[in-house]
Amino acid sequence: MIEIIFNSIPSFWPEITMSLTFVVSMIVEFSIGRKEKSSTGMTTGLFVLAGFIITILQLPFQNPEPRLLFGTMYSVDPFAMFFKYLILATGIVIIVFSMQSAELRKQRAIGEFYSFIAAMTFGMMLMTGASHLLMIYLAIEVVSISSFILSGFSKSLHRSSEASLKYVLFGGAASGVMLYGMSLLYGLTGALDIFQIQAGLASGVFVPQEADFAVLMISIIMILVGFGYKISAVPFHFWTPDVYEGAPITVTAYLAVASKAAGFAIMIRFFYVTFFDSMVDIGKWVSLPHFEWNIVLAVLAVITMTLGNVVAVWQDNLKRMLAYSSIAHAGYILMGAVVMTDLGISAMLMYFVIYFFMNLGAFYVVMAVADRIGSEHIDDYRGLGKRAPIVSVGLSVFLVSLTGLPPLAGFIGKWMLFSAVVEANFIWLAIIGVINSAISLYYYARVFRNMYLREPLNGDTSPITFSPLVIVTTILFIVPNIIFGLYFGPLVSYAQHSVRIFLP
Amino acid sequence: MQFPILTVITFLPVLGMIIVLLLPKDKTRVLQSTAAIVTGLQVLLAIIIWMAFDTTKFGINDVASMQFVERLPWIVIPQTPWFGEIRIDYFVGIDGLSMPMVLLTALISFLATFASFSVKKSLKGYFAMFLLLDAGMMGVFVSLDMFLFYVFWEVMLLPMYFLIGIWGGPRREYAAIKFFLYTLAGSVLLLLVMIGLYFSTVDPQTGVHTFNMIAMMDPANLAEGSIFSIIGSSARMLAFIGLFIGFAIKVPIFPFHTWLPDAHVEAPTAISVILAGVLLKMGTYGLLRISFPIFPEMTHYFQIPMMILGFVNIVYGALCAMAQTDFKKLIAYSSVSHMGYVLLGMAALNVQGMTGAVFQMFNHGTITAMLFLLVGVIYDRAHTRGLNEFGGVYNKMPIYSFLTVIAFFAAIGLPSMSGFISEAFVFLGAFQTNKLWTILSTLGIVLGAGYMLWTFQRVFMGTLPEKWDDVLTDVNGREIFTLVPLAIIIIALGVYPTPALDWMSTSLGHLVDFVNASAPAAAGMFGAF
Repeated sequence: MIEIIFNSIPSFWPEITMSLTFVVSMIVEFSIGRKEKSSTGMTTGLFVLAGFIITILQLPFQNPEPRLLFGTMYSVDPFAMFFKYLILATGIVIIVFSMQSAELRKQRAIGEFYSFIAAMTFGMMLMTGASHLLMIYLAIEVVSISSFILSGFSKSLHRSSEASLKYVLFGGAASGVMLYGMSLLYGLTGALDIFQIQAGLASGVFVPQEADFAVLMISIIMILVGFGYKISAVPFHFWTPDVYEGAPITVTAYLAVASKAAGFAIMIRFFYVTFFDSMVDIGKWVSLPHFEWNIVLAVLAVITMTLGNVVAVWQDNLKRMLAYSSIAHAGYILMGAVVMTDLGISAMLMYFVIYFFMNLGAFYVVMAVADRIGSEHIDDYRGLGKRAPIVSVGLSVFLVSLTGLPPLAGFIGKWMLFSAVVEANFIWLAIIGVINSAISLYYYARVFRNMYLREPLNGDTSPITFSPLVIVTTILFIVPNIIFGLYFGPLVSYAQHSVRIFLP
Repeated sequence: MQFPILTVITFLPVLGMIIVLLLPKDKTRVLQSTAAIVTGLQVLLAIIIWMAFDTTKFGINDVASMQFVERLPWIVIPQTPWFGEIRIDYFVGIDGLSMPMVLLTALISFLATFASFSVKKSLKGYFAMFLLLDAGMMGVFVSLDMFLFYVFWEVMLLPMYFLIGIWGGPRREYAAIKFFLYTLAGSVLLLLVMIGLYFSTVDPQTGVHTFNMIAMMDPANLAEGSIFSIIGSSARMLAFIGLFIGFAIKVPIFPFHTWLPDAHVEAPTAISVILAGVLLKMGTYGLLRISFPIFPEMTHYFQIPMMILGFVNIVYGALCAMAQTDFKKLIAYSSVSHMGYVLLGMAALNVQGMTGAVFQMFNHGTITAMLFLLVGVIYDRAHTRGLNEFGGVYNKMPIYSFLTVIAFFAAIGLPSMSGFISEAFVFLGAFQTNKLWTILSTLGIVLGAGYMLWTFQRVFMGTLPEKWDDVLTDVNGREIFTLVPLAIIIIALGVYPTPALDWMSTSLGHLVDFVNASAPAAAGMFGAF
């Protein structure tokens, strides 16, 4: 037993580094950070940033050959590796954004903020590889608890505390339901690691009698509640708009990109491994005949994207609008999980990379503008095109990319997802998907209508100046949106190489 | 390697856009002349293409007889153990179907640049968007790869949205978003069919799936068991309907036309000219380039419904035009009516009808562009377009009125004007296919003459209201420069249409033969209408 642990450690360094970053950053904060006069949290922030960079630099040395660590607890494979890169890159961006955020600078004890970012990231890294029900639950809880704290970080803001409380209540309920579902699954199959569960379901240890079948279905749906809450799929999304609006905007961006990605990672792995039956063709496989989970996911995808898009139309607060838009995007990404072919999974992976650039860019601009004009309300964006040209062009690029219009990267993401759906013959799903992306245009266009087509409300046309750092960051996010729209070959290749999920 | 003339003509405006963006925004003259030079060079290139164009090559479904072909790998993702190879080509080329459209696009963009000189507000942004729009339009007409086609098709939406939304009339916000949403709703259907076709088609040379439109036209390339592999299947029928709706929104074909009057009325003159002159043609071009040759059996199956829609467009558009009191809205509805002739002609599926349709696309481009320019002239002076507010303009603006007479008569389809030739061909072709709907459609000519002449009477005859006495001055040099070339083309092609008909007849003849070859497959499907 002890040997297994020792043998696993060399492959576990990135995760160990991240957990050390969390623990040591706490000590740094209390021993050095608090002694700073202004307490900007910069010392701790830089320490955590360094920890992130060291971790991401270690990843190339973590052999991506699919295998298991710590018995069956944790899988290492190209699929997990992909998500680790994505999550760490998002984390680094979020830390840099947070250092620039005026909203956060106002808070006291800001150093802890970065420590909790590290803790949350550690949890998400575990989520990418967890292959044991206990591990899955623990990883999700680590992420949840850190994000409860982070979303309530603007302590002086009423809406932030409210968001945090809602999040705790909803998160607690969702993970309780998930845990109960897991216990049912354990009761049916007598196993906790997902490979044995698969073996149990496949070999007939679990004989699908009618009663058992119902229990299996209930347990999977209960587990799905936990995943659905993490990826904010409708109807488990109720916390999302309030938390996204109330939380500090960098936390919102982190939740919308990284936490969602980790949620998808664990969901894909769970369904892929647990219900894998046999390969029928290259990249296509059939699931065990007990449970039509892809129909359930298809319904989930449809209501998620439709509700997200339709409700987003009525939002006047940009942060809240982006929250609903991110719900809608979770719906699009779910389409990839519905088909669950290699093409579908690679399309999801690719979508995440593109989503990273377009969504973080949009959140960044909203943050930068809010820092200057003190508002996220859509009416205050009137005439912004003239007052702040580069930032407005940036926001337009990100929103057009989110709409999915060529030649921007968002189109490539949608195109790949729809390709996967059409290839798997889910034509009705594809049709609903494209209608949704036409609806989404309406509310994205509202933003650039206010920026370019309208004059400022109070006649204030004075230019808003941004620091060069903001301009450079905006441009750094615009560039990949254009490049990946016109030349996406390497991106597709990378996503294709990352679809390998460990199977025994 | 030959000079990549199609790439240059397509991406020249993009270069122009970059130059415009780098220029300081208060240099009005420099911005205007940059746009004029860029579009002028485009016209020169288009003329070179016209001169070098070989009218004996048919193109359509044959790569070897496509002209000025450029084909380079754009996205190549090598095969992996889990995935097949993915290849997308940068593949452009023209034949007798696209050549007139390339000429038209270059010409209309050039003239619209001069019509844009009356724009005063943020010129830099205006010309940047204008040139991007130009590149998108040109790209659509030269693309032979469907992915590339789609990218160009969508690239135009955003500039058009801003051009209407920022520089348009009082209800510009509404008109802009309506245009945007309608067109996007249509093009997402196009996207789905495109993806389906990709998975259904195998390039015989490389053995992998392809977006090559020419490969899609050959049923031998359809992969066995794929979604569109069975000729005459309901999947192909749905795909044809989806494509048709996508293109119909752009044309626009009744009942998808409601965005057009709004967009036209609110758009600035130059943009109305582009919209009517080039953008509407993209819909019918798409039908001829993609729907007809890729789904020939469905084209046959839906022949009569398409003719009926053509009839509805003609008569409904004309009746709506008759009811208008806004000059621009009248022209917009007359466009709906005139595009109906195009649909009627191509649905006839014979050489005369098809030639008439494509020639009508070209002629409608020049005639309607001229009409919108004429409306722009009077709007610039009087700041109103109310038909009933004018009268007796003839005495005040003789040159203007003379040019209007030419444009009106061309729109009516008077002999010796280009519109007559194309409409005559359309009826000639359509009559052979279906007598009833053709005869009913001729009603459109009478109605067309009705609203055009009535408009002429209301605006140009009678006495001039006193308030216009000082305001209305005759056309200036710049306006003459934009109007006269169009008038010359209209009359020249009306008197001697042979060169224009030569460009297209070989290709269209081939297209007709190709589509008709699948008539037997259509006969056994679902039962006839």
